[in-house]
Amino acid sequence: MRRRTRLWRIAAPIAVGVVLLALWQAIVTVEQIPVYILPGPAAIGAALWTDGPSLLGSLLVTLRITLAALAAAAFLGGAIALVFSLSRILALSLFPYAVILQVTPIVAIAPLIIIWVQQPFLALLVCAWIVAFFPIVSNTTIGLNSAERNLLALFRLYGASRWQTLRYLRLPTALPYFLAGLRISGGLALIGAVVAEFVAGTGGTETGLAFRILEAGYRLAIPRLFAALFLLSATGIVIYLIIDVLSRFALRHWHESAIDEGEE
Amino acid sequence: MSPIVSLRGVTKRFNSGVTALDPIHLDVAKAEFLSLLGPSGCGKTTLLRIIAGLSAPSTGECRLALDSTDRSAPAAGRIGFVFQDPILMPWSTALGNVLLPFRLVGRVGAAERERAAAELSAVGLAGFERAYPRQLSGGMRMRVSIARALVTDPDLLLLDEPFAALDEITRMALNDDLLRLWESRRATVVFVTHSVFESVYLSTRIAVLSSRPGRVVANLAIDLPQPRERALRTNPDYNAICATVSAHLSRAMVTEPS
Repeated sequence: MRRRTRLWRIAAPIAVGVVLLALWQAIVTVEQIPVYILPGPAAIGAALWTDGPSLLGSLLVTLRITLAALAAAAFLGGAIALVFSLSRILALSLFPYAVILQVTPIVAIAPLIIIWVQQPFLALLVCAWIVAFFPIVSNTTIGLNSAERNLLALFRLYGASRWQTLRYLRLPTALPYFLAGLRISGGLALIGAVVAEFVAGTGGTETGLAFRILEAGYRLAIPRLFAALFLLSATGIVIYLIIDVLSRFALRHWHESAIDEGEE
Repeated sequence: MSPIVSLRGVTKRFNSGVTALDPIHLDVAKAEFLSLLGPSGCGKTTLLRIIAGLSAPSTGECRLALDSTDRSAPAAGRIGFVFQDPILMPWSTALGNVLLPFRLVGRVGAAERERAAAELSAVGLAGFERAYPRQLSGGMRMRVSIARALVTDPDLLLLDEPFAALDEITRMALNDDLLRLWESRRATVVFVTHSVFESVYLSTRIAVLSSRPGRVVANLAIDLPQPRERALRTNPDYNAICATVSAHLSRAMVTEPS
């Protein structure tokens, strides 16, 4: 029974995908839609095959920015949340600015950042970080303040220091919240990197995937545009899956979110 | 012998203006099993938290005589507290949870691990050291919670309606286990409950509290043979005492508007 469910979980979405792709190809072929308006999956596949190697190089550029921004968001976001949980005054005075940074559209401030930060990689990194850090800060802050009231009382009863309470109670309580934030930030870091690349143009010697999309659009190389788009989505999905696996592994023993429904 | 807990005119008024406790005068002697029996919301839990030092009395004082050498945190490890719910750390194994007091009071070495494992087996959980709380039943979780409270060999064990959420069968089993643990260690126990039968079965003395604001309206020594056995539950003396305690409790509740 369980194995069957697991099989379906993989087989059903693939079946839907195959049917949709076939439908797409059929419509494009039957209606004779020109390739520069909407290429069929076959044309995109061909573009992926021929342009793949050069696109992959660009993907690597975007991926480096994304992962660096995500890592920075995880570390700095976690650190900011920690500071917020330790000092109420700092939290009250700084949190609004974190919100302002979050709600200001990155497209609008990216040009400024690119002017201010001379080094192109760093500029893109800062843009992607601004988009990605907030979910981690806000989630982790909530997590750090969610420790069970009676466990806190118990810690007090045994004369626990602030550090012990943090280490043995607040941090473990915050872990699922942090990981939920990381899951959101993974996708946002990629979006941030792409948006920043769009704004920056070539920016430097290396060209990211976003600029290749723009370039393909200008040249009406629509199949290549779709191929680049495909690579971008695939990257987002892989990042999500990796964080998902990581999160399930970290919480496997105790958190409801990480427990298979069939287990008990 | 001087009492281990001495409450002198202890009152508690919350910021909301609610008076939880009227002046309470109460002594707890060493090795005694005292039950605080009263209707819901009479301030029993508040009183227990004041004894534990988790809450400060509004007026009056609560003095503890604990054998402690640590002046900075005299109560650390000398008091065991069991809450209404097990309140375990879900990310930690049963053993990890029982080790918590050692982790917070001092260090965790091989001796402490051994001690914690022994405590788990004393509450009937040998072999469950590596189990996580979600893998345990409600009764087993409560046993882990009791093992955690006992692991530092406290002078004073405070229990706040620990069995209220359990089914009757589990509850009776845990009542007996608690008695065995108390008999073998001679710790002092203060046990909060709203069950007449439970309090009579377990206690050497019962303090009956009135409805809010809580006040000690009766102080009853329970003269039943020790050690207490299951057969006691059908003993006529036991039933007579239960009837007396019930009568006191109903009188304590008369003032309550309903």
